[in-house]
Amino acid sequence: MSKAEILGNIRRGLGRGEPNATQRAAAESRLAAKDNNLIPKRALLPQAEQVQLFKDMAIEAAAEIIELASIAEVPMAASEWLHKANIQELITASSPELKALDWSALGDIQLSERVGQVGDMASITSSFAGIAETGTLMLHSSSDSPTTLNFLPDVHMVVLHASTIVGPYEDAWKQLRTAHNGVMPRTVNMITGPSRSADIEQKLQMGAHGPRTLVILLIND
Amino acid sequence: MQIKSPEFKENARIALQDVGLQKALGNLKAGFPVKRAAAVERMPEFEDLRDQARDLKNHILENLDIYLEQFESKVVENGGHVHWARTSEDACKTILDICQQVGAKTVTKGKSMVSEEVNLNEYLEKNGIEPVETDLGEYILQLREDHPSHIIAPAIHLNLEDVSEAFHKHHHRPKSDDPAVLMQEAREMLRKKFVAADVGITGANFCVAETGSTIIVTNEGNGDLTQTLPKTHIVITSIEKVVPTLEDMTLFQRLLARSATGQEFTVYNTLSTGPRREGDQDGPENFHVVLVDNGRSEMVGTELQDMLRCIRCSACMNHCPVYGAVGGHSYGWVYPGPMGSVLTPQMIGIENAGLLPNASTFCGKCESVCPVRIPLPKLMRHWRENEFEKHLSPKAVRYGISGWGFFAKRPALYRWVSRSSAWFMKKMAGKKGRINKLPLAGGWTDWRDMPAPEGQTFMDQWKQGKR
Repeated sequence: MSKAEILGNIRRGLGRGEPNATQRAAAESRLAAKDNNLIPKRALLPQAEQVQLFKDMAIEAAAEIIELASIAEVPMAASEWLHKANIQELITASSPELKALDWSALGDIQLSERVGQVGDMASITSSFAGIAETGTLMLHSSSDSPTTLNFLPDVHMVVLHASTIVGPYEDAWKQLRTAHNGVMPRTVNMITGPSRSADIEQKLQMGAHGPRTLVILLIND
Repeated sequence: MQIKSPEFKENARIALQDVGLQKALGNLKAGFPVKRAAAVERMPEFEDLRDQARDLKNHILENLDIYLEQFESKVVENGGHVHWARTSEDACKTILDICQQVGAKTVTKGKSMVSEEVNLNEYLEKNGIEPVETDLGEYILQLREDHPSHIIAPAIHLNLEDVSEAFHKHHHRPKSDDPAVLMQEAREMLRKKFVAADVGITGANFCVAETGSTIIVTNEGNGDLTQTLPKTHIVITSIEKVVPTLEDMTLFQRLLARSATGQEFTVYNTLSTGPRREGDQDGPENFHVVLVDNGRSEMVGTELQDMLRCIRCSACMNHCPVYGAVGGHSYGWVYPGPMGSVLTPQMIGIENAGLLPNASTFCGKCESVCPVRIPLPKLMRHWRENEFEKHLSPKAVRYGISGWGFFAKRPALYRWVSRSSAWFMKKMAGKKGRINKLPLAGGWTDWRDMPAPEGQTFMDQWKQGKR
């Protein structure tokens, strides 16, 4: 009943009844076209410059970046970082690229493959894309990428392939549609730096409820 | 939330003398406007983005029914549910029903101004369900039995001592005055609540018609834990938040954080589309969206329609000299500052909120920073006229305006009176050029001198070729 009243009010306000075919067509064509609006110039640089912009913006947002020549170097890089931070465990997502790695470099650090839990110290996940204009990572949920790994651990490590870095957000949306036949994953996480809050006296504090540290393992492939 | 808007004048008088509040408001003025200006400086296309955002919102409002129905059908297609709520009561009842169906005892909440608007927490508590606010600012307020005074920085009216005291009292830990320690305490306390909650309730900054997705924009990550861990996720939002496509949402994303906190982008921009998919290892099993109207549909097609473009960035209040002086609580209801002075009369009645659109000098700063170019002073003027037409404005105002109207309709008389007053006031001021007492203007001269006119009116000077 509420629905009919609300839509009735809107239509009365617009001075029409139910939209006719022409009126519907205007809205439907916008939905079908998915046209870009204005994209800032900084997001339209050549790819090599986009990678540099991504790095600059992500660092500005307080993310850490470790550059690697190939994905095979991920276990060693993770191991070094975790040993330095004195962290004994790493929870990994089930993505094929992570499962295919030889993790023996972790040494005494225990590796588990599961969802995130309260008390987890560190997780590692893959990513769908990087967005240069603001240094933003795009991750999405799937059977091999639990969302809790992106939010519960203190440290979130993300593998990002430089080849997946795009300039503007719009390019990432288009790729996402293509990759999933137009069906949105249950959740899409755009992540720009680690968690923070300025709710106490407007003074910025890092590590509110999400990860205190975001480490991007950037594969220069 | 109890309505205290009719007491605006008294609220403001107390606020101006509140030393703690004035200190806290200083943090706001030194922060957000400066950061916004810096972010705008780095985005040469900012003004063009504002134009496009205004035009796109206008297009959406002209097709609002179509986009809302499309959004609903996409949510359903993805396995979610959409509930339409005409009033606050409808919205609260719908959410309570869902909570009861899943046998919920506690619910965690991400920050949502619509939930404040419909007074959801009180309703749930009355019905035996414990709501737990998880945004740091909202959490502090809940412990203090307080309400937000700002739409994105809810605890802006508090100082470190207030937070320190509240945490000491409720967490039973040694008192700390280190914000980092306090935040760590809140993090630990809320971890348990996130996991124990049966339902997670969040708001939505936008609803995407193309995909049936809702999006939240947060820096803390509390909204993400709220919607990921419990079995049921309820989104409470309002009908004007719908946008056509992901590309259209992105236009507003580019404006939102820059206008609000001056960030290039907020840390977490998270889209939710339906419940957990087959094979997913986590995420909610039930997904509900409650679309709240609460007087918005009646604004369509009226002068107030422009207000429905609002994306709740808070730039208007961050730049408002009145908000900066008296703080958000003086406005006496959920939405403060210029956007609140337009929205509140629509939601609680001009008879309750008449003082709010009058509490403006029409300096125009709000309109000059609004990312969707809402003509806020014009809309406040609309409410002043409405108040006058309904004979709600105070007698002094009515007689004053009628008196002025009498002269204004008689130009010769008007000129003669203004000429004599200008001459008389100059005489009164004497050599120092300032008047320290003026009949009927005690509200001004009790506090500061009135600068004297030059002795001649503008029209006289014009005639003499001086202007």
